[in-house]
Amino acid sequence: MAGIPHDHYEPKTNGQKWLHSRLPVVGLLYDTLMIPTPKNLNWMWIWGIVLTFCLALQIVTGIVLAMHYTPHVDAAFASVEHIMRNVNGGYMLRYMHMNGASLFFVAVYAHIFRGLYYGSYKAPREITWIIGMLIYLLMMATGFMGYVLPWGQMSFWGATVITGLFGAIPFIGESLQTLLLGGPAVDNATLNRFFSLHYLLPFVIAGLVIVHIWAFHTTGNNNPTGVEVRRTSKEDAKKDTLPFWPYFVMKDLFALAVILVVFFAIVGFMPNYLGHPDNYIEANPLSTPAHIVPEWYFLPFYAILRAFTAEVWVVQIASFVTGGIIDAKFFGVLAMFGAIAVMALVPWLDTSSVRSGRYRPMFKWWFALLVIDFFALMWLGAMPAEEPYASFSLIASAYWFAYFLVILPLLGVIEKPGAQPETIEADFDAHYAPKTGGTKTLVKPAE
Amino acid sequence: MIKKTFLSAVVALGFAGSAAFAAGGEAHIEDFDFSFEGPFGAFDTNQLQRGLQIYTEVCSACHGMKFVPIRTLADDGGPQLPEDQVRAYAANFDIFDAELDDIRPGTPVDHFPGSALETAPDLSLMAKKRAGFHGPYGLGINQFFKGMGGPEYIASLLTGYEEAPACAPEDFPGHYNTAFASGGFPESCKDEEGHATVGGSWISMAPPLYGDDVTYNDGHESDLHHEAEDVAAFLMWTAEPKLMARKQAGFAGVLFLTLLSVLLYLTNKRLWAPVKHKED
Repeated sequence: MAGIPHDHYEPKTNGQKWLHSRLPVVGLLYDTLMIPTPKNLNWMWIWGIVLTFCLALQIVTGIVLAMHYTPHVDAAFASVEHIMRNVNGGYMLRYMHMNGASLFFVAVYAHIFRGLYYGSYKAPREITWIIGMLIYLLMMATGFMGYVLPWGQMSFWGATVITGLFGAIPFIGESLQTLLLGGPAVDNATLNRFFSLHYLLPFVIAGLVIVHIWAFHTTGNNNPTGVEVRRTSKEDAKKDTLPFWPYFVMKDLFALAVILVVFFAIVGFMPNYLGHPDNYIEANPLSTPAHIVPEWYFLPFYAILRAFTAEVWVVQIASFVTGGIIDAKFFGVLAMFGAIAVMALVPWLDTSSVRSGRYRPMFKWWFALLVIDFFALMWLGAMPAEEPYASFSLIASAYWFAYFLVILPLLGVIEKPGAQPETIEADFDAHYAPKTGGTKTLVKPAE
Repeated sequence: MIKKTFLSAVVALGFAGSAAFAAGGEAHIEDFDFSFEGPFGAFDTNQLQRGLQIYTEVCSACHGMKFVPIRTLADDGGPQLPEDQVRAYAANFDIFDAELDDIRPGTPVDHFPGSALETAPDLSLMAKKRAGFHGPYGLGINQFFKGMGGPEYIASLLTGYEEAPACAPEDFPGHYNTAFASGGFPESCKDEEGHATVGGSWISMAPPLYGDDVTYNDGHESDLHHEAEDVAAFLMWTAEPKLMARKQAGFAGVLFLTLLSVLLYLTNKRLWAPVKHKED
């Protein structure tokens, strides 16, 4: 792989040479695992491993669940109960899969906000960022379709509401919605195609994860300083980095183990805390629940969707200008997808030449406000669509867009950034001062 | 940083709970003290058997439990009836057998029958499909500390029947219940702004328990409060029959992973010590 100069795999024995000249798979594994990694990475750089674990956990538990699940409107709910009651360890499989989705999203949001704070999206890592956003979109699609499979009340009505969003698209909306549902309403055809896609998409995600890793192994990891690893020579690069194995593998595994303690506590002691009780009621097309609430990880964007009602002046202007093609419902849909689109476009919206938020005195505050805004939206998404929540939602949604479309572009011009360290080594040594004045770091192998 | 991350995760989880908004007044849910609460809580076998008795003698007149196999009454972590008793119990039910195209006596592999009365909801999952605790402000804090409150809701509902308040018309349909929030509610019990002036609402189910409705074999008190508690515990078991196995698995997982975390922490510390210029 290109990028940071480092030692590559050299086959030694005849057998190794034989294999390497035909299929350099050992070399690929070696270069991937021994990739030089900035040694100053902090604890926010552990989410990648957590996410990889989540994907594996969801695929493994999901495959076994699929062996016992029946994707038919008359049998789906009962087959989930069958898993919970009769399948050996089925209750653990299902609760791990159910809460695994939540862990997946906790990790992905932490991962995304890490990237937003430390400027991991900036050149030359735009492709990594875009691939990441694609993975996130696919995760949302997969999570949503997975929630439909138990065929409870929230499954059914959530599916009705979300697919209805596509129906709001002018001209093609109705056909698109019919295509998604496989008919005029959420029914057996919907359940079947959602099951099929819910099984397929995780493997697409796995493929994109490989591309995601490939991309940042080409550019090298970002790090808390945002300063690039020195590439002038192998020796210089070694002063700034450590090989991924064993240093970061051990660090990440430790973090993963701690996170899994919390995860297993939730699965073991409060597995339904993150779910909605209504989903233990079998789907009934004739009875609408009083409040249709999506899973917690969709709430921020659900809040943005609902914020733009027909009374909001931007919606009225949009409707007037387009001659009614963009009505309030479609505007809400555009806003929701737009909220993710602006995030995907952030490499080109952030004009600052400084990568890490650590050295951006003004940016820090606006970013903190964005994090608060995200949680506020999450809370508002679960609240009923009435005052004062509607006004709050509108303000919070406005800030989300303002951050990406106005604040980030402007900050790059008006902000005076603080001093950045010369090298990653300097930053690291500032934290862990060498005992003898020398700057040369001896990396001893583990005992 | 890890603390910050963890906190944000906890906050994120906290937002999961969503508030319930009712047509009627606010429901009054009593926080019953069940034996199966908390990480080490376990079902009380005797209580489950008493609850089964109430279910059989009272509830099953109208309600069913179509997801619960009768054989599970013998399972560990359940009512743990002896096999012969389970067979005898199953034989009380008349089951329609599609293969025979006829009615036959039930066997342990059959499920409990569905509801006899069409309007009576199935009770298999009642303790999980209702939540007694909410909020405050949709933050999920109550659920975090008290649990979702399914069995508390059931017990509160069964003990929540009261004389209808004076504001209601004499002939208002249903039965006034302080724990039931989503039922009928007379306009005359609302103030000018449309807010309910009394808690609860009107439920169509007549009070099923009055106290001393059954005679317990184990000599346990059978007043209304105890009966409600017993049947709520039983319905928690029917909704979550693997609750005890799950808690044990969770406990083993937490214990094992805590140990693994400590070992990994020490390994990681030692690995990085030379890099960080520390003497191990």
